[in-house]
Amino acid sequence: MTSKKKEGPVNTGEFPSKQTVEFARGQRHDASAGHLCLRFFQRDLRLAVRSTGQWLNPLLFFVIVVSLFPLGIGPGPATLATIAPGVLWVSALLAMMLSLDSIFAHDYRDGTLEQMVVSGNPVSVMVIGKVMAHWVTSGLPLVLLSPLLGLMMQLPSAAYLTLVVSLLLGTLSLSFIGAIGAALTVSINQGGVLLSLLVLPLTVPVLIFGSSAVSAVASGLEASAHLSLLAAIATLSASLAPIAIAGAIRIGVAASR
Amino acid sequence: MSSSATLMLEAQGIQIWRGEHLIIDDVSVSVPASSIVQIQGSNGSGKTTLLRALVGLAEIDEGQLFWQGEPMTRVRDEFYASLLYLGHKPGITAGLTPYENLMALCPEIVANQTVEKETRKWVLAVLTQLGIGDRIDLPSVALSAGQQRRVALARLTLQQATLWVLDEPLTSLDAEGQRWVKQQIQQHVATGGSVVFTTHQPIEFDDETVITLSLAQPS
Repeated sequence: MTSKKKEGPVNTGEFPSKQTVEFARGQRHDASAGHLCLRFFQRDLRLAVRSTGQWLNPLLFFVIVVSLFPLGIGPGPATLATIAPGVLWVSALLAMMLSLDSIFAHDYRDGTLEQMVVSGNPVSVMVIGKVMAHWVTSGLPLVLLSPLLGLMMQLPSAAYLTLVVSLLLGTLSLSFIGAIGAALTVSINQGGVLLSLLVLPLTVPVLIFGSSAVSAVASGLEASAHLSLLAAIATLSASLAPIAIAGAIRIGVAASR
Repeated sequence: MSSSATLMLEAQGIQIWRGEHLIIDDVSVSVPASSIVQIQGSNGSGKTTLLRALVGLAEIDEGQLFWQGEPMTRVRDEFYASLLYLGHKPGITAGLTPYENLMALCPEIVANQTVEKETRKWVLAVLTQLGIGDRIDLPSVALSAGQQRRVALARLTLQQATLWVLDEPLTSLDAEGQRWVKQQIQQHVATGGSVVFTTHQPIEFDDETVITLSLAQPS
């Protein structure tokens, strides 16, 4: 694949051959939306893998909070089973909140957000990649671990599938909704408190439908209505939130100096 | 305004307030093709703010921007497609290697896997030119401020852009690095590009068209 004429530049450290330059120059702004989204997804995933704390913190928080309940309330199976859906869901919600700050904070500080805005590529598309990466590293681990914690909380075995599905849809919504808040508070020092204040009210519907879906199945009822609503919220937030996030990023970047 | 065809970027009567403070008072800038605009001024005179306003990163309270004679609001996408902006923050992520950083910053330089190898060679050649070729796969957090600056500056040759807007491009660079930047600017202008930059250390150019704009602190 490497022809002889390409060897020169690498060995001498000189400027590369004209063909290479022309080749690459022709491609400015040829990147498709999907490619752009994927690029930022991979970038953030790579960053998350390299900093263990980023994906481990929410997961540990989730495990610790849930495992404190049997200790605090007592191991009575009936009591635990009643509160299990609520405890699992509230803990997952708070664990997600904990990780929101990191979506844009570093990128804001090192100037990546600025570069995203002036790149001329659609910010909303790049943001989808970033939020999906956040979900994969913060939300998905919670979902995968939830059956184990359900077992600890004496959750009836019939409700496991509903728990996983509802958390899958719910954490995805939380990532997108939370990212709006994270983008809005990005230029504020210590915006963490404000972020929770902004985002928590918006996440209440997700919490209500999520935990009641699990409760319903645990008590032998049908949960398809709750799950449909959760799916609707997930679809809505995944499709509309990127626009809001992009707008918020532009404002945040303009506010910096 | 006589030769509006060759005007790349134009700013008329820019006024920027930050709260109660007037940062930029009625500043006009014209950037013709094949020219260098050097913005000078003391600390706090609003150099960075003016540059950010030019690229749309800071809000303008009064005044208008034009790109190639068209109002900026209408041609923002074309403008961004021709722009390379290097800000005060270099845009280098600490957790990524120089190569990954450059790939993320210039999504257009590699579009698919088949040219990935060629692109890497090219990036390596440019980084070698800048004296940091051996750092291409080290996390950027291990680089010094000057080296990080050099990674960001590699974009000058990696990216194709008509207009360069550079905020203090010489900061934390040694003499050799400064010479390299000057050389890149000269090459860029020779091929029809325009450069707007702020600096505390004026660069001496030989025969290029240099417009110097001195900002004074508004009273």
